[in-house]
Amino acid sequence: MSHHLVEVRELKFAYPDGTPALNGVNFRITHGESVALVGANGAGKSTLLLHLNGYLVPQAGSVRIGDIPITKNTLKHVRQVVGMVFQDPDDQLFLPRVYDDVAFGPTNLGLPPDEVKQRTLNALALVGAEHLRDRPPYKLSGGEKRAVSIATVLAMSPSILVMDEPTSNLDPRSRRQLIRLLSEFDHTKIIATHDMDMVLDLCSRAIVLRNGEVAADGAARDILGDLELLDSSGLEKPLRMQGCPICGNH
Amino acid sequence: MRSVESPFSDIGRLDSLAGKKTPIHGVDPRVKVLTTIYFMALVVSFGKYDPAGLAPLIIYPIAVMVIGDIPFGYIAKKLLIASPFVLSVALFNPILDQSPALAVGPFIVTGGVLSFVSIMAKYVLTVSAGLTLIACTGVDAICSALAGMGVPRAFTIQLLFLYRYIFVLGQEAVRMARARALRSFGNKGMGMTAYSSMIGHLLLRTLDRAQRIHLAMLCRGFDGEIRSAEISGLRLWDLLYLAGWSSLFTLLRLYNLPAWLGRELGRLI
Repeated sequence: MSHHLVEVRELKFAYPDGTPALNGVNFRITHGESVALVGANGAGKSTLLLHLNGYLVPQAGSVRIGDIPITKNTLKHVRQVVGMVFQDPDDQLFLPRVYDDVAFGPTNLGLPPDEVKQRTLNALALVGAEHLRDRPPYKLSGGEKRAVSIATVLAMSPSILVMDEPTSNLDPRSRRQLIRLLSEFDHTKIIATHDMDMVLDLCSRAIVLRNGEVAADGAARDILGDLELLDSSGLEKPLRMQGCPICGNH
Repeated sequence: MRSVESPFSDIGRLDSLAGKKTPIHGVDPRVKVLTTIYFMALVVSFGKYDPAGLAPLIIYPIAVMVIGDIPFGYIAKKLLIASPFVLSVALFNPILDQSPALAVGPFIVTGGVLSFVSIMAKYVLTVSAGLTLIACTGVDAICSALAGMGVPRAFTIQLLFLYRYIFVLGQEAVRMARARALRSFGNKGMGMTAYSSMIGHLLLRTLDRAQRIHLAMLCRGFDGEIRSAEISGLRLWDLLYLAGWSSLFTLLRLYNLPAWLGRELGRLI
């Protein structure tokens, strides 16, 4: 059995007001894969992510994490296996001190205090944020907040990292640092994003969502080069694959 | 715009003061909370015609400010901001209570004046003690101290979250107010109508955010309880701090130092 497996079958979901969000989504992600989830606004990316850790319950179809279906009884296990990094770090960092926030997850897992401390310091070191441990989150810069919110998830030793727009609102250098950091992780990664250049750097595979369905699923390079597909899904080629605006070369 | 923005940078200042390293900052938060509560209780217990007895107690906030390296002007400014409310409570005492209480040379001081001074003195003492406690301890440490002393979790968690998200809410409010101001060109900008819908929006955003935070907590195994970090044991210095201050407060409550000084000086002269 592999903890790193994510399997979604015929997943359907509509919001209480009747808006359909997912109309039968299928995919299977295996150990160590790095997968980009791309699609226009409202294509169903966020709704799909909320199913991956059991926050939303499938109305039809199923979600399995590491060969275990998500049910009420497996929820605790699933949430430890699937680490979720939110789009807005202010939602994720809710305690007044960085250290306490990173320690929150391991403490809830019921680990002994020494282990909690060890994991917290390790996670902060991994994202290069040891020096921030005693700072209040509201005093951190955008890039620092993002690094710390990734540490809060790493401290739980998840097998699968799920990220919603990890590069949004970052300055170019912080964005580059984040991409370098993520490329060092050997977790299974699922990244919902509009940052197509990051997809080129980080993801070997891409899943394109369109109107709540999988429009394409394949090697990221193939998908990012398919102009027709990108256009019909409200997407564009990565800037690096577009022509130079100054010399006009392709 | 400063009127909306400044209070939040101000809370941040209180927080950065709490990050200093002085002997006072090193004292266990539980001990500081207990000392402050005892101090406040004693201050309030003084009679309303006894402002003189209160005077020596000012030593506590002043000592904490000096040793804890907390700027005096900062605390004084905070005291001034809230003083109109207290003034409005105490203001009518001199008018309503005209009974003569004591004579200073040719002047008769009425009971109303005494109780007015006593209310103001109690205000200055209790509020400055509370402010210095926060400035030399930090809100998060106070919360975990309260939790460690058996205050219900629901209360301390509320306080903790209030403190964490008041900045986020504040920034959101500031952004909205700025957006309104920039498009109202010095006019009232629809006045109350705009404000009421802004407040409604702020509430909706807050509810949304609360939901996302709850989700983030669930993702990390939240089960209704926030387990605070390790609480260290009390050291000898902490106990000495508590014992020293509380015995001084008790002595000052039992023996009226200014009256005694007056008597002794009178006898000498």
